[in-house]
Amino acid sequence: MANTTDVPTTARGGSLDAATKLTAARQHTTGGRLLRRLRGERKVLIGAVIIVVLAVVALLGPWLAPYHPDADDFGILQPPSMEHPFGTDSFGRDLFSRMIIGTRVSFSVGFLAAAAALAVGGLLGIAAGYYGKWVDSVISRAVDLLWAFPVIILAVALVAIFGAGFRNVVIAIAVAYIDDFARIVRGETLSLREEDFTTAARAIGASDAEIMFRHIGPNLIAPLTVQLSFAVGLGILTESTLTFLGLGVNPATPTWGLALNEGRDFVRQAWWISVFPGLAIVITVLALNLLGDGLRDALDVRGVSDTG
Amino acid sequence: MTQYIIRRLIQSLFIIWGCATLVFFMLRAIPGDPVIQMLGPEYTPEAAAALRTKLGLDQPLLVQYTRWIGNVLRGDLGGSIASGETVAEAIGSGLPKTLSLAALSFAIALVIALPTGIVAALKRNSLFDYIASVVAFVGVSMPSFWFGIILILIFAVNLRWLPAIGYSEIGEDGVWAWLQRLILPSLAIGAGYSAILMRFVRAGLLEVLGSDYVRTARAKGVRERAVVLRHALRNALIPVVTVIGIQLALLLSGTVVVETVFSIRGIGRILVGAIFDRDYPIVQGVILLIAVIFVLANLIVDIVYTFLDPRIHYS
Repeated sequence: MANTTDVPTTARGGSLDAATKLTAARQHTTGGRLLRRLRGERKVLIGAVIIVVLAVVALLGPWLAPYHPDADDFGILQPPSMEHPFGTDSFGRDLFSRMIIGTRVSFSVGFLAAAAALAVGGLLGIAAGYYGKWVDSVISRAVDLLWAFPVIILAVALVAIFGAGFRNVVIAIAVAYIDDFARIVRGETLSLREEDFTTAARAIGASDAEIMFRHIGPNLIAPLTVQLSFAVGLGILTESTLTFLGLGVNPATPTWGLALNEGRDFVRQAWWISVFPGLAIVITVLALNLLGDGLRDALDVRGVSDTG
Repeated sequence: MTQYIIRRLIQSLFIIWGCATLVFFMLRAIPGDPVIQMLGPEYTPEAAAALRTKLGLDQPLLVQYTRWIGNVLRGDLGGSIASGETVAEAIGSGLPKTLSLAALSFAIALVIALPTGIVAALKRNSLFDYIASVVAFVGVSMPSFWFGIILILIFAVNLRWLPAIGYSEIGEDGVWAWLQRLILPSLAIGAGYSAILMRFVRAGLLEVLGSDYVRTARAKGVRERAVVLRHALRNALIPVVTVIGIQLALLLSGTVVVETVFSIRGIGRILVGAIFDRDYPIVQGVILLIAVIFVLANLIVDIVYTFLDPRIHYS
């Protein structure tokens, strides 16, 4: 973050060559310090390792799963065993294989929804913060309105209108989280707008778009990375909740939330259907929260929270 | 301060108006003809025309909108399509259950979060602090509905201490039966909520404990107990009040899902049921109600905050 703010100061004194060297040296130290800080954050390490493992499972799912997720000839409600580590469900399918395949769906929904929320919320936030005046008023009031609906309620309402299914669930979750990104980016942009480097860029004739994306934008990366990490986790939680309620992705797609939904009626006979998919959600969201929290400490970001 | 309160009040009214408008357009945003969607297999041209008249969908949009806002102001949210009751009646039957659940969840969250957060801050970096932080992390990452299922597994299926599902009216079956059926769902919601509150109590107290006036109090020879309880805690809890308001959304959302797990017919379960029945007037009513509760609760929290923290000036 400090690099960009340093530019005008370095450019002011000494030869161009010296300034470049100084900037490069500073960048090096900042980069090195950041790496050291990240390494010092155990939370980042633990979170990142878990996420990488799960991402590999999501990518290679079909090759890793011991059985086809829809194969249903293993006997119904079989408790965990060597052949079926997580047991079988009420249709006689291998729960372990279904959960491996489900990793991909949960991750896709979480990442896509968070990325979409970041793109839209980020643009709204930067426009509101940079232009101020009526642009800020209009965007801020719209964001206030979104904020008035709790995330799950908003997502449920949107799915109720447009129907369930993968795409609509992603859109619903993305819309529900737009306000978080917009608020963070607006707040940051408001203070970055007043910084020396913005004034300097304006003085040399940079256009609004250039100032927003080339000068202010890079300074938003740290808070947005932290928020993205939390938002993916919250997105996965919201997806599982929607699917659990029967309002999620296609019931033919094996997901963690669907397994919980199907296992609810068999809590008395088959604890494993309710326990394992839930644990998968907890571990994934926990890893993302650890990552976000560690990054927040390492990058020294304030005002971003994992609780929506 | 009075000016600030009036401004916040007007702002909240505007947000509520915006919510009512959004909810109005919600029904109109349904792809295709909402009436066909609502009637489903029972569709006949006559039934469609009748329903369209009943919902006022045959009127021009502006007329529909003014009528909707007028009705909302009078508390008339229309009638259910699936059952004969009005939306207000349906909400009236569900709201006490949801509010009981939310209140008990909140109480449980406070009982867990306050002492844990205080001890964690006072014994910073101790084993207790470490364990509390880890548990709080897990609590924040856990879907409340899943924790509810786990609680049913442990306390209803295995130990048989508490009933697994349902709701008892306090007036009919007494306080104990009411509490017995509410403990597990409230714990399911309260656990995640307490994790968040605990982190704020801990952080708030740590910040205050390092401040000058606490050092002064200690230097004067005030006993540690009094320093913490009388000087530090009161100020540390001020930001927690705001968190309580913001996180009310979590509490309300939690009730929606957890009611489904425990088969409690509160407004959350009514909402989910209405979505499956395509009973849109109910869906509209419940969503609007939740938004209004949320906005008003935050307004109250903001106003309470102005009384709690005299340092803040509102211009």
